[in-house]
Amino acid sequence: MKTENQKAWFFVLPVLILVAFNALVPLMTVVNYSVQETFGNNQFFWEGLGWFEQILRSERFHASLGRQFFFTFMILIIEVPLGIAIALAMPRRGFWVPVCLVLMALPMLIPWNVVGSMWNIFTLPRIGLLGYFLNDVLGIHYDMTQQPVAAWITIIVMDVWHWTSLVVLLCYAGLVSIPDAYYQAAKIDGASNWKVFRYIQLPKMKTVLTIAILLRFMDSFNIYTEPFVLTGGGPGNSTTLLSIDLVKIALGQFDLGPAAAMSLIYFAITLFVSWLFYTLMTKDDQE
Amino acid sequence: MAKITLSKLRHSYVPDPQPDDYALKEIDHVWDDGGAYALLGPSGCGKSTLLNIISGLLQPSEGRILFDETDVTDLPPAKRNIAQVFQFPVIYDTMSVYDNLAFPLRNRGRPEDVVKARVTAIAEMLEVTSMLKTRAAHLTPDNKQKISMGRGLVREDVNVVMFDEPLTVIDPHLKWKLRSKLKELHQRVRATMIYVTHDQTEALTFADQVVVMDLGVIVQIGTPVDLFERPAHTFVGHFIGSPGMNVLPAELRDGGAFFVGRPVPLEGRIVKTGTLAQIGVRPEYVSLADQGLEAVVTKVADLGRHILVETRAGDTKVAAIIQGDAPAKGETVHLDFRRDQTRLYLDGWLATEAETRE
Amino acid sequence: MTIELHNVTKRVGAVTHIKAATLTLEPGHFNVLLGETGSGKTSLIKLMAGLDPVASGRIVMNGRDVTKLNTQKRNISLVHQFFVNYPHMTVFDNIASPLRVAGMSKSEIEGRVEEAARILQLKPMLKRRPQELSGGQQQRTALARAIVKESQAVFLDEPLANLDYKLREELRDQLPELFAGRGAVVVYATSEPEEALLLGGKTTLMSDGKVVQFGPTAQIYRRPVSLEAARVFSNPPINTATVVKRGGEARLGDKASWTLAGPHAALTDGAYMMAVRPNHVVPARSDRAVVPLTGTILVTELSGSESSAHFKMGADNWVSLSHGVHPYKVGDNHQFFLDPSQCLWFAPDGTLAA
Repeated sequence: MKTENQKAWFFVLPVLILVAFNALVPLMTVVNYSVQETFGNNQFFWEGLGWFEQILRSERFHASLGRQFFFTFMILIIEVPLGIAIALAMPRRGFWVPVCLVLMALPMLIPWNVVGSMWNIFTLPRIGLLGYFLNDVLGIHYDMTQQPVAAWITIIVMDVWHWTSLVVLLCYAGLVSIPDAYYQAAKIDGASNWKVFRYIQLPKMKTVLTIAILLRFMDSFNIYTEPFVLTGGGPGNSTTLLSIDLVKIALGQFDLGPAAAMSLIYFAITLFVSWLFYTLMTKDDQE
Repeated sequence: MAKITLSKLRHSYVPDPQPDDYALKEIDHVWDDGGAYALLGPSGCGKSTLLNIISGLLQPSEGRILFDETDVTDLPPAKRNIAQVFQFPVIYDTMSVYDNLAFPLRNRGRPEDVVKARVTAIAEMLEVTSMLKTRAAHLTPDNKQKISMGRGLVREDVNVVMFDEPLTVIDPHLKWKLRSKLKELHQRVRATMIYVTHDQTEALTFADQVVVMDLGVIVQIGTPVDLFERPAHTFVGHFIGSPGMNVLPAELRDGGAFFVGRPVPLEGRIVKTGTLAQIGVRPEYVSLADQGLEAVVTKVADLGRHILVETRAGDTKVAAIIQGDAPAKGETVHLDFRRDQTRLYLDGWLATEAETRE
Repeated sequence: MTIELHNVTKRVGAVTHIKAATLTLEPGHFNVLLGETGSGKTSLIKLMAGLDPVASGRIVMNGRDVTKLNTQKRNISLVHQFFVNYPHMTVFDNIASPLRVAGMSKSEIEGRVEEAARILQLKPMLKRRPQELSGGQQQRTALARAIVKESQAVFLDEPLANLDYKLREELRDQLPELFAGRGAVVVYATSEPEEALLLGGKTTLMSDGKVVQFGPTAQIYRRPVSLEAARVFSNPPINTATVVKRGGEARLGDKASWTLAGPHAALTDGAYMMAVRPNHVVPARSDRAVVPLTGTILVTELSGSESSAHFKMGADNWVSLSHGVHPYKVGDNHQFFLDPSQCLWFAPDGTLAA
């Protein structure tokens, strides 16, 4: 068996090299930084697990991690049900299918920093269309440069606008793969629309939904560009997510050691939550 | 349970149909309460269209459907009190077998004790009692199909249970078991059942009466014995039986039929007129004789129980099923057609009348 | 051209899919692989085609060890149960594809495709795409692709399973002519005993990854070497019951007994497993079917010219199969007659005794 598979390594090799330079080498560099202290000039001093201890106890870290979790939680709780609802409402066949699909894909095609600037301008009072409408037409005071709540609402709405399509498209793919016979059988069995959703559509969408939630979790948990362009973490620190804080420490203050330790903790949390979620979702299938 | 009346049914999948566009051409038929029926025909013959019209998944272009005396043409499937078993087993993956069977009853708001009694009884009949707690997703295809059948039978008020090629995904050796199970179920519950298939064995085994369809038209309705013994059309003769009936080009003269220049005695007198004449005789009724029609053996297949001999007489293939010693390939043999099973078909339709026995 | 398998075994993880298969397959007739789904037919074909690696043993084609040779170099064709064609190509291009890969000249490709299309009655469809064809035509396209290549081995993995009953009959009838005189080894996997008999040639019975018996089809139908072989090669299922021999007499529990003759009489006394095909249990007494068996009718079936009755006698279920139509009634007691000369007796270890 082995003799035949030798050739395969040859084909996998380029990928291995790529992955090594892409992920492994930078990761090891980060590990290296995380246990040392530097004052510039390429001089490093052994620090052990000191940075990790310091970060895990730091209130600033707790606060930005909390905000990160809050953000992810909010967008998942909005995007997943909304995505499913839109997917259910989309036509399954006919002329409108490609139109809907293209419309859905549009927001995802816009570069992330452009999305940030777009929403920034869109919601600014007086300048932006939405800002103008809210402040001057409806008379609601809405200014994300001043109000933390307005800033939060804007970030979340922006992400929902940008990424709900992903959930929609994945769910839609799951839905169209359900054979007609299932719907016919359910009709004959006298099932209500809710039961059709609960016992046919949802179970058949489970796999794609798992993937959608995983992707949305990882993306939103690591989100940086859009909120940075939109609010820069403000007003004050109110929208400073973990990722924004990390960049501030690493590049703004050039504290490579703590930043590296923080990255690793960040990485570990993402990995752990993803693993936990995936295991829970697929547990049923294996019993 | 109900009697089903199909009145002047026609259906076309295209708007403003021309006569040729109809997938189903004018069907008038009554199915009695409690019978076991089969709709038999090749793909595209219109049998699935007819089935979907009865179940309400499809609105007919023209005509009415009545369950007993109630017109149900415009009712949706859920209101018709029917059950249907599909080609591929439809089960609710996340539910247990018990919940699957209980689903149609619970949806109709039956009390749990009634549900329990019905589910237990049906599970018993289907021999799935030991699996009631299993999650339906983990079952084998044949058990899944049993559960789909069970969901149809669990309701005490169904008008008709329909089967749409239900054994397609079942292994041959299990097909046989499920087929017998189905027959047994019919004998026990006595619901009106309609079984759609392209497989003659399934149709003949299951049904008391078989409806043979071709090109959107009912060609013959009869008991399995009728269809085999006296096919009303060459299509039925060909489609039922394995191999099908020999259909031989014939010449009509002097009031008799001739095949490759030799007179062929028929079962009785010719009662119709037509242009295209054919002689129909099943391979089961063709035997090897010492004299008579000459033919060259082209193929011999030993099927264990009997031998299938294929011959060529003139330019026409004639098959015979024989017992005993097989002739060699290339050998010239003489064929004999059993007279009371040899018929004349004119333009496809049966044109002879069996002689009444004195 | 021949294909020889020497102790070929296939394992996936800890599970053995094929257990030490030894076979010699020759051209000039059909080599049928008969067994239930999951018995290893497809696994065996994949090994011979080089699609799966062999765990141990050797595969020899035409005297050359090909065990380690990859599929592309084996010069074989494979037709699946599902209609596999290139959806974006016309029927012509589909059939021509293996020839184009081989770098054949345009005129020769045209000639060969025309020839294959003629035999398979695909000429009017050459310009169409597979999805515009019926199932039968799609499968004929796949078959045409398999024959134009003039490969040394053609593997047909239940090629007719997804076709309508009558189409299956028609295409099965054409198959022998299709491969006649090509010199290729034709391997045909099926799960239907009837199909094996219709194709004739030689049959390999498979069960649970093992080759149970191999030989001329009609011969192994009549003389199964083991109870397992008899079971694999019987549809409707073969009747089985425990029979006890004492002196010149055989006893079937307290239900029936008869005087032994021929090879059965020469066996040593004791208990045997008896198997008898349903067509040797008939509703009318004849000179050979003489042992009466009485049972309660459970189910009756009619398949064209034959009727079968399933009946219960004591704890055992029996099946009778006979020509013609019989007025059986479910629930009635009915008398059947067993032909003792057609009974197969198996020793307790399952091997054929007589």
